[in-house]
Amino acid sequence: MTPDQTGFVTLLKKEVMRFWSVLGQTVTAPVVTALLYLLVFAQAMKGRAPVYPGVDYTEFLVPGLIMMAVIQNAFANTASSLTQSKIMGNLVFLQMAPLGPLDWFGAYILAALLRCTLVAVAMLLVTMPFVQMPMHAPLALLSMFLLSAGSLAVLGMIAGIVAEKFDHIATFTNFFITPLSFLSGVFYSVHALPPIWFKASHFNPFFYMIDGFRYGFLGHADVPIVYSLLWSFGFFALASAICLRMLVTGYKLKR
Amino acid sequence: MSSTSAPTADAPASALAICGIRKRYGQLEALRGISFEIRRGEFFALLGPNGAGKSTLISIISGLIHASEGTVSVLGHDTVRDFRAARRLLGVVPQELVFDPFFKVREMLRLQAGYYGCGRETWPWIDEMLERLELSDKANVSMRALSGGMKRRVLIAQALVHRPPVVILDEPTAGVDVELRRTIWSFMSDLHRKGTTVVLTTHYLEEAQELCSRVAILDRGSVAVIEPTRQLLARHPYRFLRIKLVGDARLPDALQSLVTAEVDGAVELKLETRRNPIGGVFDALRNAGIGIEDVHTREPDLEDIFIELTGHSAKVGAVT
Repeated sequence: MTPDQTGFVTLLKKEVMRFWSVLGQTVTAPVVTALLYLLVFAQAMKGRAPVYPGVDYTEFLVPGLIMMAVIQNAFANTASSLTQSKIMGNLVFLQMAPLGPLDWFGAYILAALLRCTLVAVAMLLVTMPFVQMPMHAPLALLSMFLLSAGSLAVLGMIAGIVAEKFDHIATFTNFFITPLSFLSGVFYSVHALPPIWFKASHFNPFFYMIDGFRYGFLGHADVPIVYSLLWSFGFFALASAICLRMLVTGYKLKR
Repeated sequence: MSSTSAPTADAPASALAICGIRKRYGQLEALRGISFEIRRGEFFALLGPNGAGKSTLISIISGLIHASEGTVSVLGHDTVRDFRAARRLLGVVPQELVFDPFFKVREMLRLQAGYYGCGRETWPWIDEMLERLELSDKANVSMRALSGGMKRRVLIAQALVHRPPVVILDEPTAGVDVELRRTIWSFMSDLHRKGTTVVLTTHYLEEAQELCSRVAILDRGSVAVIEPTRQLLARHPYRFLRIKLVGDARLPDALQSLVTAEVDGAVELKLETRRNPIGGVFDALRNAGIGIEDVHTREPDLEDIFIELTGHSAKVGAVT
């Protein structure tokens, strides 16, 4: 390994160690929350007409819950790490190290992807007693997972760079991430919404992430999978371009 | 990576070359075109009153802030265009007591080494540093559980973990007890003897005077003076005479203008070597019939020169 590669791998390792040291908070807690949603909603919606022909509501719900947890945890991982380092002042150790913008970007995003993978796999395992999820299109499933988790991890980085206190991150989470992830078809098909909200949902990037991810499992979706892939890729590309620009110029990181 | 020894034929003579550095914050110009070089193997002091621009300059050198103008190179590597090479050659001990609460001391040092491209080969060096800095028994303790002095020592170890040939210490002994200061300086002196270039900022001018071969004094964003320490001390044309008079005697009026301080019943006079010879003071006292109980002379130190050049005491107030 070259010194540059060692630097990158070390930063990745540090980010993984950071969330690993509080695994109960970073992986177990979102799994428990999602399980509670599953128990409550599956019971409440029992006996209702299926959303898609031949698809049980629990089957419909699980992919949405997984993706919602992925979205929230990808964002939280990068945003909290960067904000905490900025506020504690220990970000200087990375700023003074021979690490470039791509090293930062890659290490923070990959660590978030790893946390999201753990969350997603753990959720699949704990929901197995309730529902056996089919896997209709594994490649689409994987692509949607990577693009969605990647996009939110990048968004978390942007928020972490911009934030000057934890309050800013809470604002991002409470007024942007949580509402958009709840209003994106996790618990329902957007076809069940009034026309105006149906149209509005199509401007919510999280809707495509959840819909495309669900397609990977069930083979059913509210919009064609190509749309979901393109929207998610576009969102990831745009967020990445903004984030990399911030890292290259040192926006809010260097005075 | 190992510490530097004598410069080779193709190696640059400058450990640090600072060229025309300016830093503006809106209307405020914190650094006003600073240029100087620090030679390889020097123990160099960067002094200045609060707000002089020392920490701003160090932040520019270490890549924490952008310069508005100018360049810095570390052993010939530009800190912007060739930042990876420059940063691998540089270790910086920051002024603030910053730490990552998620990690233990040894864990933190190994990660720090990794950022600089170093692997397991640095582990013995990490253990050696822990021993030298009296942290061996804290190696597996969380950073959160350390006292301020211990955190300061970990910061020093973090800066040295990749064995940089150039080290900058920004106020490393601020708030540190005497024993720990000795430990830190003994360790840094050893590294310097082995060829490491050390740049020090401190408010304890006696440290700079004792350790550093050359001194730069910054004032209001400019270099007020940069000279070898001995030369700087020698060119000061004053000496100080502290006398305690017998009884309640008062100094003759002719000497009153020379008084700079009164301590424990004694007065300190600042005498210009040519114009006010010490013999003249004794003659004036004898002529006035005033007896002397005690007398003490001292040469000017960096503190005196610092005050003369900047109009500030180095030991007052918070650090910049």
